[in-house]
Amino acid sequence: MKLQDEQDSRGYYRRMQSAIEELLILKGVFTGADVERQVKAMDSRDPGRGAKMVARAWVDPAYRARALENGSAAAEELGFAVGPLRLIVLEDTPRVHNVIVCTLCSCYPRMLLGLPPEWYKSRNYRSRVVREPRQVLREFGTHIPDEVEIRVHDSTADMRYMVLPLRPAGSGHLNEEQLAQLVTRDSLIGVALAGAPG
Amino acid sequence: MRSHHDMGGMPAGRCEPDEHEYELWEKRVDALMMLLSDKERQLLKVDELRRNIESLGADAYERMGYYERWMHSICQTLIQRGVISIDELGRKMAELEARDGRA
Amino acid sequence: MGGREPVAARFAPGERVRVRRADPPGHVRTPWYCRGHAGVIERICGSFANPEELAYNRDGLPARPLYRVRFLCRELWQNYAGNAGDVVEIEIFQHWLEPA
Repeated sequence: MKLQDEQDSRGYYRRMQSAIEELLILKGVFTGADVERQVKAMDSRDPGRGAKMVARAWVDPAYRARALENGSAAAEELGFAVGPLRLIVLEDTPRVHNVIVCTLCSCYPRMLLGLPPEWYKSRNYRSRVVREPRQVLREFGTHIPDEVEIRVHDSTADMRYMVLPLRPAGSGHLNEEQLAQLVTRDSLIGVALAGAPG
Repeated sequence: MRSHHDMGGMPAGRCEPDEHEYELWEKRVDALMMLLSDKERQLLKVDELRRNIESLGADAYERMGYYERWMHSICQTLIQRGVISIDELGRKMAELEARDGRA
Repeated sequence: MGGREPVAARFAPGERVRVRRADPPGHVRTPWYCRGHAGVIERICGSFANPEELAYNRDGLPARPLYRVRFLCRELWQNYAGNAGDVVEIEIFQHWLEPA
């Protein structure tokens, strides 16, 4: 009986989703087209947008300054409509490395970067990155030297965060589009460096 | 008492770089949250969503998938707000189950 | 419930503050691990409605200041093994803070 219930639980919530969607369409709360549009909109958001912001910041010091002052405005400047997102861009330096978490749930700059990775929402990451960031980063294959300070940012309220990673050494000859290719989603969260594999 | 979801600093296991290919129904749950909480409708606040997830209790929280928790919570919020009734939801879900059975 | 006038900011960047020890039920966005600990105001984020009240579909007004508070890891955690300057920065509402 219990095994049956567990197997059915995903079916149960799928059915609930369909039922509530149908009921709300019947009540005129929204249309099926509204739902489709939202799904498409979220699909169109991805870490490439953050990568473009970073690449621009790497080549344009004035844009970097604007991004650090007001991340949302800097996103809009590049044509990314972020709505009510209050984005803080955190600058990595040779002395400081930033990493982002939401220990209480899974807050993430979705309106810019799309949906967060599964591991970001996991018990293990949420519990441990505030407590032992260096060990957690090593598990992602990222080694931060002892002399570099780590800043862990816990998104507990209305702000959302994105890391502006260090520009990789030896990238001086690359154009902005090529630079953006070096900026992975994981480097925008801070568990990886830009230009690093994966 | 520390609440179950308030896990910063607790011992836990190794971080695995898990990825997840979102299924369509999960994206539609996400879309539902976005539509209900938008300025036009204001039928759900993200804070209500979080509270209803936090209220699940440790066992359900761990057992349920991420979007199952969201779906549960959106449903609870709509019931609490009086947007849908338990009866009409139960009937609609039964109708869908019968429809699935006939498919 | 509350008034409409936003609450004035009590603290400024650089000031040392302590997170109150309190343990209310309900939807609280001040994480357990920082309660009772002291840190430094890193910035004022602006004023926002109280999520504790929004969670019950109330308006959460008056808006009150939200700060980013910087805590040293070596003060937050026993036996912290890392750079002495490693920090955790957390958004905390003014009503959870008192002067340190």
